[in-house]
Amino acid sequence: MRNNNKLIALGIAAVLVVTACGSDKKSSSGTTPGSAGGTTPAATGSSAPGKAGGTFVFGTSADPVVLDGAFVSDGESLRVVGQIFETLVTTKPGGTDIVPLLAEKWSSSSDGLAWTFNLRQGVKFHDGTDFNAKAVCFNFDRWFNFKGVAQSASVSYYWSTVFGGFSDGVAPSLYKSCAAKDDNTALITLTSPSAAFLSGLAIQAFSISSPDAITKYEADKVGGTGDAPTFDGTFGTKHPVGTGPFKFDSWTPGDKLTIVRNDTYWGVKALLDKVIFKAIADGPARRTALETGEIQGYDLVDPADSQALKDGGFQLLLRPAFNVGYVGFNQAKPPLDNPKIRQAIAYALNREALVKAKYPAGSQVATQFQPPLVFGWTDKVPKYDYDPAKAKALIKESGVTNLNLEFYYPSAISRPYMPDPTANFEAFKADLEAVGFKVTPKTAPWRSGYLDDVNGGNAQVYLLGWTGDYGDPENFVGTFFRTKQPVWGFDNKEIFDALTKARDTADLASRTKLYEDANVLIMKFLPGVPYVHTQPALAFAKGVSGYVPSPVSLESLAAVSVG
Amino acid sequence: MLIETGPRVIRFIARRLLLLIPILFGLSIMLFIWVRALPGGPATALLGERATPERVAQINKAYGFDKSLITQYFTYMKRVVRFDFGQSITLRKDVTAELVRRFPATIELSMAAMLFAIGVGIPLGFTAAKRERTWFDYGAVTASLVGVSIPVFFLGQILKWVFALKLNWLPTIGRLTPTRELVHHTNFNVIDSIIAVDGSALWDSFKHLILPGIALGTIPLAIIARITRASVLEVLNDDYVRTARAKGLRTSTVNRVHVLRNSMLPIVTVIGLQTGLLLSGAVLTETVFAWGGMGQLISGAVLDKDYPVIQGGVMFLAIVFVLVNLLVDVLYAFIDPRIRVS
Repeated sequence: MRNNNKLIALGIAAVLVVTACGSDKKSSSGTTPGSAGGTTPAATGSSAPGKAGGTFVFGTSADPVVLDGAFVSDGESLRVVGQIFETLVTTKPGGTDIVPLLAEKWSSSSDGLAWTFNLRQGVKFHDGTDFNAKAVCFNFDRWFNFKGVAQSASVSYYWSTVFGGFSDGVAPSLYKSCAAKDDNTALITLTSPSAAFLSGLAIQAFSISSPDAITKYEADKVGGTGDAPTFDGTFGTKHPVGTGPFKFDSWTPGDKLTIVRNDTYWGVKALLDKVIFKAIADGPARRTALETGEIQGYDLVDPADSQALKDGGFQLLLRPAFNVGYVGFNQAKPPLDNPKIRQAIAYALNREALVKAKYPAGSQVATQFQPPLVFGWTDKVPKYDYDPAKAKALIKESGVTNLNLEFYYPSAISRPYMPDPTANFEAFKADLEAVGFKVTPKTAPWRSGYLDDVNGGNAQVYLLGWTGDYGDPENFVGTFFRTKQPVWGFDNKEIFDALTKARDTADLASRTKLYEDANVLIMKFLPGVPYVHTQPALAFAKGVSGYVPSPVSLESLAAVSVG
Repeated sequence: MLIETGPRVIRFIARRLLLLIPILFGLSIMLFIWVRALPGGPATALLGERATPERVAQINKAYGFDKSLITQYFTYMKRVVRFDFGQSITLRKDVTAELVRRFPATIELSMAAMLFAIGVGIPLGFTAAKRERTWFDYGAVTASLVGVSIPVFFLGQILKWVFALKLNWLPTIGRLTPTRELVHHTNFNVIDSIIAVDGSALWDSFKHLILPGIALGTIPLAIIARITRASVLEVLNDDYVRTARAKGLRTSTVNRVHVLRNSMLPIVTVIGLQTGLLLSGAVLTETVFAWGGMGQLISGAVLDKDYPVIQGGVMFLAIVFVLVNLLVDVLYAFIDPRIRVS
């Protein structure tokens, strides 16, 4: 038996070794004295300056793709790009108003085609080279001249969104040219008047990079074969060089990415010595890591965790609502071509009850396809408040007898505007059946069929939504309804023209009025039923201060301190 | 004996390695068809709400996904025979280089899990067998049933809750505390810490291995314990054990020389199989513990429909699986003289 006991002891010892470990809680902040506290221009208006120095560990949902703004559209890449690089203009912290950054001021010609940017002087890139008008034009010309796979939406999504085509002329481009009038004046000429493009320039995708580094580290080098292109440059992976308050330090994909304070920054220097971005794909794992102190903040907080985090003494910061969740109608599929049926559905849906019951604090019922924060939003749109009796009456008036609806909703996904699609579907299904519709559920995983089906025009009634890229209605109603799209299945020249005119008008006051009118027009036509705007949350440990949530996620860490 | 069996073993290994070729070829076709049979594609996964049919078509064209499956397959195979799995569409990194870079992390975790599974599983199974039909045996059998049934992500959460949140003993993410710097020579953190003569980094690496190691090792532990128990029970009833006892041999000698050694063959088989399977189990564990290994890479790729990474990753795992099984088969020869002689 003695040897048996030895074996047991061995097993127990293994368990003990495995479990009996130190109890030191990880601390990730130091107290190295840094530069004087303050706020960067991007963070003007934030809370009082915090303590300088220390390291901030932030939990992200994924690794960045590359740290070259022009080549990415995902939030995790842009988050880091926004610390290392700067754009000509940015947004006011916490808002969407455009304010200066690398351009001190700007003006446009009366025809809205020529835009003059007066640049900040004395700014240097991290590699010591000068930031000037030539550098600005080098960057614009680089983007405009993208070839092959670099033109695809998986790479230069934001260029195509804001400027359209490229220099090869396959698709029309809003961009015509950039000229350095002198060292500090860049003149950007457009092919048609646009005001939306200025808001677009605030996106980190239009970050100004060091031309030397772009060339030296072959940012645009695409190798491989035609069918399997490969990005071979090292600019975006090892040598991202911008003008921002932080400099790139190191990056081990799958582990962490580190940036350090730029001590020669032209503005008020960052408080933190170092920021570490730790990729944690699993949502619950991010929350646990915050609770154990392994990280000091994370994005994309699951709404279901909000209260528990608050109760646990963590700070919860909400981004101002910049999204919309809606029930979409495909009018190519009868009876949705019948306006009375669309109105009946709108009156049948108890949006208020759903938002109250299933959405986190800060969510609001949507009345139109853009959030109130974006200009052009108006209270004058028709509202369609919950009224089942009116819905029934409209169905009767329509004369439609086939009240079958195929209702699509996605599985395996949680979006900021739709944390639990199944719950939304179930609530709406009950509402619709209560007024006489017969609902057939259709579901598919978000990335495995759902988006293809819905965007391809195969869905009749569906749940979808949008989070804005920049603070312009063109990025909401313009994107949805300015042209004919299979997802909506309608052809309404009046709406298309109204939105095109609004996009091409330079004067802000006139644009606002045009978008207000367009929103009224859209909600009368009722291509779908917008039902919610939400406020996505970020969570931070006690002692972290200076983080200003932005509706467009332009969030500088320069003013952040770890107490 | 070894000299006699040497050429035979080499022939055996060579034959098995040659068999890899048809296995991988068949797998490449299955994988290729499977990833493309899934609805959606990399373009939809990348663009989300922004995946308009025009944009999807544009991306598919850029990556050649608009061509016929046969054309795509031959283009793909032309590269694969040179061990070039292409570049990840989502991460824009060379798939082979990324797999090789992350492989040590997965191996390190798998080894920790296996050490835990063997170190606890064999003694547990052995003791249960020796004390058949006692409370210990019933307890061990029940625990192993629970062990095989519990999903890794659920167990991972429970372990985190107890050992990190409540007891505050162990870390929950990554392979090293984020603020710690370690120069990587081998990408095995334990080895790199030793090379750097950094005791605290070694301790830190070790602590980070514990929870994911247990989470990943629990299923193999349960299986090893059950097989050990069954195998030992069978041997305990064999005549030669009774004879050995009757001869008056000490219990420890009987256990070591006669019981344990003769019950090892099925145990080694199951350890080999489980080691191969661990690599696939690592996919979930690595995600829950933000481990940054190959498993996390592949699970992300499946969600993103990143064809080159899925194809490269699964082929890589298949090669490792076959090689581990080959190693187990070779080990048999050394454990069991009957196999060696035959």
